[in-house]
Amino acid sequence: MMAFVKLIARNRLAAFGGIILLLIILLVLITPWLPLADPNVTDTANRLLPPFSDNHLLGTDALGRDILSRLLWGTQISLAVGLAASLVAALVGSTIGIVAGYFGGRTDNTLMRGIDMLMAFPYILLALAIVAVLGPGLMNALYAIAIVNIPFFARNIRGVTVGIAHREFIDAARLSGKGNLRILTSEILPNVLPVIIITLSTTVGWMILETAGLSFLGLGAQPPQADLGSMLGEGRKMMLNAPHVATVPGLMIFLLVMSINLLGDGIRDALDPRLKSGALSRPAPFTRIRRRRNSLPDPVNGNALLSVERLQTDFEVGHETYRAVNDVSFAIHPNECLGLVGESGSGKSVTALSLLGLVASPPGIITGGRVALEGRDLLDLPPRDIRRIRGKDIAYVFQDPLSTLHPLFRVGDQLVEAIRQHQPMSHAEAHERAVSLLEQVRIPNPERRAEQYPHELSGGMRQRVGIAMALANDPQLIVADEPTTALDVTVQAQILKLIQSLRREKGSAVLFITHDFGVVSQICDRVAVMYAGRIVEIGPTQAILDTPRHPYTRRLIDCVPRLGEPDNEPDAIPGLPPAANHIPEGCAFAERCHLVEDACRQGDIELIATDADRQVRCIKPLSVTEPSTPGVSR
Amino acid sequence: MFRYALRRLLLTVPVLLGLSVIVFLIMSLIPGDPAQAILGSYATPENLERLRADLGLDLPLPQQYLVWLGNILQGDLGRSYALNRPVLDEVLERFGATLLLAGTSLVICILLGVLAGIVSAIRQYGWSDRIITLLVLIGISVPAFWLGMLMIMAFSVGLRWFPTSGMTAAYGGGGILDILHHLVLPAFALAIVAAGVIARLTRSNMLEVLRQDYIRTARAKGLGEGRVVMRHAFKVALVNLIPVIGVQAGFVIGGAVYIETVFQWPGIGRMLVNAISTRDLLLVQGGVLVVAASYVLFNLLADLLQHWLDPRIQA
Repeated sequence: MMAFVKLIARNRLAAFGGIILLLIILLVLITPWLPLADPNVTDTANRLLPPFSDNHLLGTDALGRDILSRLLWGTQISLAVGLAASLVAALVGSTIGIVAGYFGGRTDNTLMRGIDMLMAFPYILLALAIVAVLGPGLMNALYAIAIVNIPFFARNIRGVTVGIAHREFIDAARLSGKGNLRILTSEILPNVLPVIIITLSTTVGWMILETAGLSFLGLGAQPPQADLGSMLGEGRKMMLNAPHVATVPGLMIFLLVMSINLLGDGIRDALDPRLKSGALSRPAPFTRIRRRRNSLPDPVNGNALLSVERLQTDFEVGHETYRAVNDVSFAIHPNECLGLVGESGSGKSVTALSLLGLVASPPGIITGGRVALEGRDLLDLPPRDIRRIRGKDIAYVFQDPLSTLHPLFRVGDQLVEAIRQHQPMSHAEAHERAVSLLEQVRIPNPERRAEQYPHELSGGMRQRVGIAMALANDPQLIVADEPTTALDVTVQAQILKLIQSLRREKGSAVLFITHDFGVVSQICDRVAVMYAGRIVEIGPTQAILDTPRHPYTRRLIDCVPRLGEPDNEPDAIPGLPPAANHIPEGCAFAERCHLVEDACRQGDIELIATDADRQVRCIKPLSVTEPSTPGVSR
Repeated sequence: MFRYALRRLLLTVPVLLGLSVIVFLIMSLIPGDPAQAILGSYATPENLERLRADLGLDLPLPQQYLVWLGNILQGDLGRSYALNRPVLDEVLERFGATLLLAGTSLVICILLGVLAGIVSAIRQYGWSDRIITLLVLIGISVPAFWLGMLMIMAFSVGLRWFPTSGMTAAYGGGGILDILHHLVLPAFALAIVAAGVIARLTRSNMLEVLRQDYIRTARAKGLGEGRVVMRHAFKVALVNLIPVIGVQAGFVIGGAVYIETVFQWPGIGRMLVNAISTRDLLLVQGGVLVVAASYVLFNLLADLLQHWLDPRIQA
């Protein structure tokens, strides 16, 4: 509870709302003891006095009654009626919601159809009809507002109840012999209470506004009794010659409702962390770059197509810094396929996205290094120039084509868009090219497929579309970020074959990201193994497969099941990688390595060359004759 | 699409029936003799007798409902005793004025709300976002009827830009320009609250959509940020917003009751308020039925529009 109050207090707007609301409530509570004029005593000699008159701080109304006094008493009534209506609506609505959600079936159907019917009415209209029949009056207005708000509670609460009605602890309670009523009150209610409170806190303000509205129309409080709404209604008649009579109560309603809304938003954020604003920050079009000039490595000369030098990408969440990519360097030559391998969370995708500033930012920041495409540092380019490279010189194929293709555009149109962004041609020409691209990625019946939406295609087809999109502008480099992970095995093999043959036809280089050494062995010329944001081993694929130098690489290779070797059980690596905000000194793999010794946990361990064109980040690299890891029988 | 529309149209029938049941049940809650309540205290005994027979008041409730529904389906909504004319004529006449006001208002609040929401989302935590967030907070907390009065004081009385009330000028009015001139203030006053709600939801929706993988794909293609936001992100956000707009239409129609009262707009809302004070219950019933039914139809249209924009929704 204290934590909850603290959470709200930290939200400055909510605290501000809470304080205003508290002040209003206090003022209303002490009203009977304040030295105020009687709110209903008329004094026609002093009618319509302006504010700041003697004895009448806020002036008087048409009958000479003191507006300040009427305001405070009126606020009391408005608050009480609004709160009462909210509580009634919450009680009845939540009960309906819980019963419907818990019992389900026909009960649920009947109740919720009724609720749907109520919701089919425009909100205030239903309240008007109810007041029309019951007759004007404050209590009737209260009932009317409560009734029209029941559906909100019923719907919200039912949704949550359905979600928990079939969870294990409910079954357990039922098996232990608890009756329905006990389960509802002792198991369900405590779990849906936060939702009830959220719904309540976000609707109270609205209900106060609506009860005031009915009074304003003359259908709520009846004279001489006055709430804020009816004061406003009376004030309307003399709006032109005595504007303060209407302005004052309106301002009070506004303050009241605004403070409640502010507090309500705060309560919702505190109780439902998913909705908290921080979690929903918008990724900028380009990853933020914050490199220290003097930290830049000297450019490496060479004939590499792409050379990544000492790249460093962080995620800054709150006060924590997570180092996702830590001093990563590699080069890709024209028409070469480099594999980037590692467990999930090893930083391989972030490395790939960093190349063109596609890491979501916030929270991502590129904090060091250089990404050079044919010698040009991409991290130095202005946004316009980066955009010219995106999809043209370097194109991406992403993991899950269902979420990475736009759901509402036809496949063909998405291709056309990719083509026309970089090549000036008419829509018709681009469409023709799109169809031929679909044909190149072996999609049968490409004209028809181009007219379809992503959800109408199978997973394999969708990924072929993803690949076609990457090929749209004949890129020099294709970055394929786990393009086969979301697919089943046979489709996986087809897609790999496709990438392989397209690479041969088009001559593009490929950066292929995967966690699967089996895939690497089929397609990559060279491979870089990543662990905890660093490259731990890099070299030609066959050499690394035959004689891994880093204990981690050996473990990853051992994870691949081999056909025809039933004894070779894929062996998960015990333990977890270190948290990216607390990377230990020395070798990050030390904790999980069976060959660990004291020296592994000290100082910075550099990549060292073992053979020609091979490097490993280990102080005691495995020798060629090193036996397999224990526990893996060969 | 056509099959979906047909199905959805058929599904509307039970909703309309349910609606009529609720209105009927509410009317049967009238304490005492309904005929007396409907005709008022000065009714002649003959008229009372005739109305009782018309309403089938001696029949059991379900049969009463059928008689009632039969009358309504034939376009017979009864006669307003206070106005002494058929309810249907009066309601339809007033409904046009409300439709003009609420429709204009809805267009304004969608334009304002969506625009503010998008700006707010792409400038998240920037100054324009903060200012819009503040305006939205004020918009959803301010009583529309009070805001209307403030607007009259400022723009009609103070600046004399717009007339204070009514739909046409008393003398020589009635032209399109005249009506538009009268429409500006009430339409904006009515739009403010819904615009606030729509702006809020547009903002959160856009933020949600902008985090999706397909937005990254769009950026990876090299598209400009304007195209990413307005074409790729907004289309999805719009599809999500349509049901919200449907709900907001209900609030706009409801809010029209207040605004019509403040601005003396000759619409159905003001008619209802007057009818309630004069206890002209058949007029209330007719007004509620017509407005509610048209609201159901509006939501049907919103549904079809959403289906048309989002091919994933299967018929």
